[in-house]
Amino acid sequence: MTAPLLEVTDLHVRFATPRGDVHAVQGVSLELAQGRTLGIVGESGSGKTVLSRAIMGLLPRHSAAMTGSVRFDGTEILNAPDRQLRKLWGTQIAMVFQDPMTSLNPVQRIGHQITEHVRIHLGVGRDEAKETALSLLMQVGIPSPVERYGSYPHQLSGGMRQRVMIAIALACAPRLLMADEPTTGLDVTVQAQILNLLSTLQRDRQMAMILVTHDLGVVATRTDEIIVMYAGNVVERAPTDVLFREMSMPYTEALLRSMPRISNPSHTRLDSIEGRPPDLINPPAGCPFAPRCPYAQSRCHNEKPPLVEGAVPGHSYACWFPIS
Amino acid sequence: MTDPAEAAAPLLRVEDLYVSFAKGRSAVQAVAGVSFDIYAGETLGLVGESGCGKSTTGRAIVQVEKPTSGKITFDGTELTTLGRGELRTLRTQVQMIFQDPISSLNPRRRVNDIVAEPLTIWKIGTKEERATRVNAMLDSVGIDPYIAGNRRPREFSGGQCQRISIARALVLQPKLLVCDEIVSALDVSVQAQILNLLEDLKAAHGLTVLFIAHDLAVVKNVSDRVAVMYLGRLCEVAPSDLLYEVPAHHYTAALLSSAVEPDPETTRTPVILAGEPPSPINPPSGCRFRTRCPRAEPRCAAEVPELRTIAPGHQVACHFPIGS
Repeated sequence: MTAPLLEVTDLHVRFATPRGDVHAVQGVSLELAQGRTLGIVGESGSGKTVLSRAIMGLLPRHSAAMTGSVRFDGTEILNAPDRQLRKLWGTQIAMVFQDPMTSLNPVQRIGHQITEHVRIHLGVGRDEAKETALSLLMQVGIPSPVERYGSYPHQLSGGMRQRVMIAIALACAPRLLMADEPTTGLDVTVQAQILNLLSTLQRDRQMAMILVTHDLGVVATRTDEIIVMYAGNVVERAPTDVLFREMSMPYTEALLRSMPRISNPSHTRLDSIEGRPPDLINPPAGCPFAPRCPYAQSRCHNEKPPLVEGAVPGHSYACWFPIS
Repeated sequence: MTDPAEAAAPLLRVEDLYVSFAKGRSAVQAVAGVSFDIYAGETLGLVGESGCGKSTTGRAIVQVEKPTSGKITFDGTELTTLGRGELRTLRTQVQMIFQDPISSLNPRRRVNDIVAEPLTIWKIGTKEERATRVNAMLDSVGIDPYIAGNRRPREFSGGQCQRISIARALVLQPKLLVCDEIVSALDVSVQAQILNLLEDLKAAHGLTVLFIAHDLAVVKNVSDRVAVMYLGRLCEVAPSDLLYEVPAHHYTAALLSSAVEPDPETTRTPVILAGEPPSPINPPSGCRFRTRCPRAEPRCAAEVPELRTIAPGHQVACHFPIGS
């Protein structure tokens, strides 16, 4: 087996606040091979976005303390100087953010925003950059790219702006694409378009992709592997079909059961998860989900369960009393 | 739940509602000829993508937005012709809950006062009676009045603020509740709590609900009947289970096929709609969906399809409905 493209080992992220340190990511390890798609799922405050930004090196250094290791293609990039990271950003690792309006510069034409990127990173001339940009706009499915090349972001719809963001991210053919909630806030029909686009591009280019989302529906059919996060911890990790079929962690089960489904008849009672996630300044001693877990026993409240391997290869979970 | 066929007169009847906003020299027709009934005790879901006019319809019903033309009859009273005083009295019967739970509560006031405000304004009961009613109301939405009553909104999570908003809306014992995207800002586990709460309160208070949302699964979960909107007009109205099972309008079918389900074995392939929704300033002639419809024919451009009944309780606005 070849070395993974991305290897994260025991990553911790702490933010200093007036009330104390928020331990937002508490020892996360993961690997991702070239051409594979990983889903990171969790609710707000689970640490999924902080994790993805820590991997990218995008967290503010003055407030975020990071320990552990993030290796990209064999090179350590955690706490690397910006000079080194700038060589990776765009060309090796690219990111698509949630909000396509604020991620684009509102006073520059979109053509310029794509060519700027291409010219800086690939060192090509103006005309060649424009050609690349037009072909990218075509690839991401923007109608009449020549006209759109001169448009400002506000002249485009949310879905179109997200396509432009994807075009920018893909401009220098990155090997890893990090998509943080790429379809949240978009309409369902547009969401389907964008997710299909990402899957197609990922397959054609053999990119590795990390899809960060709160919606289990988004990752169900479009990832090879899923990591479920809760209160800064990875609580379950499995190949996608295994996770949905044989989940072991009660949180994963609860999350799935609380989602309304189109396939259920109307007025189906939902299984909600009572209570709320723990305070990350003073995390509970035991399992972070124990206070809300229907199966919790005294051991769960006192001892934190480690992530252990399950019966199926690649499946691991952090639970003393897994669902069988 | 009342069977619509048995009920005599609907609690709310919307007839040929138009709402336009002036934009420069042109006008945006946000709602263009919408008619529907809501019967006492039922929940009507209003679903559609952003910009389709679903929120404007809700706001026009509570008369926050003045309709350009059309009639809104609530409990036998025509609302659009009422004077300010009469309208104000009637508003106690129709309450609205909004999407953002935190910004819809006054940050400087205590929870007790927020929920008591409608009673104070209408000078209902003595101070003690009001306090009893507020406490009972808070209790029924799952907020402990003795612990939480003296706190301010910032001390609560989004889900709890939404519970407080619901308490405030219900304290005057309205007949009709208009819910505009009330769970779209919440995490799935909290969303399930709020949806279950709404179902419980609806049963306890005999409420009639207009539930506006973009999430198809959420709408199906709470609604007895569902109306689908596209670009200011209704496409289809049907009992929820029927609509999701056998959609007759091509837009409904596309919308349903695009929805993601948390199930990797899902076999649906999304019908990817061509292009983007047209501008409501200059909508297409005839059927507004024809520019993106897979079945469009010349007749669709020439003739506006009226909402017609194709099966008991199932209405569709299409010249060539699916299955015809």
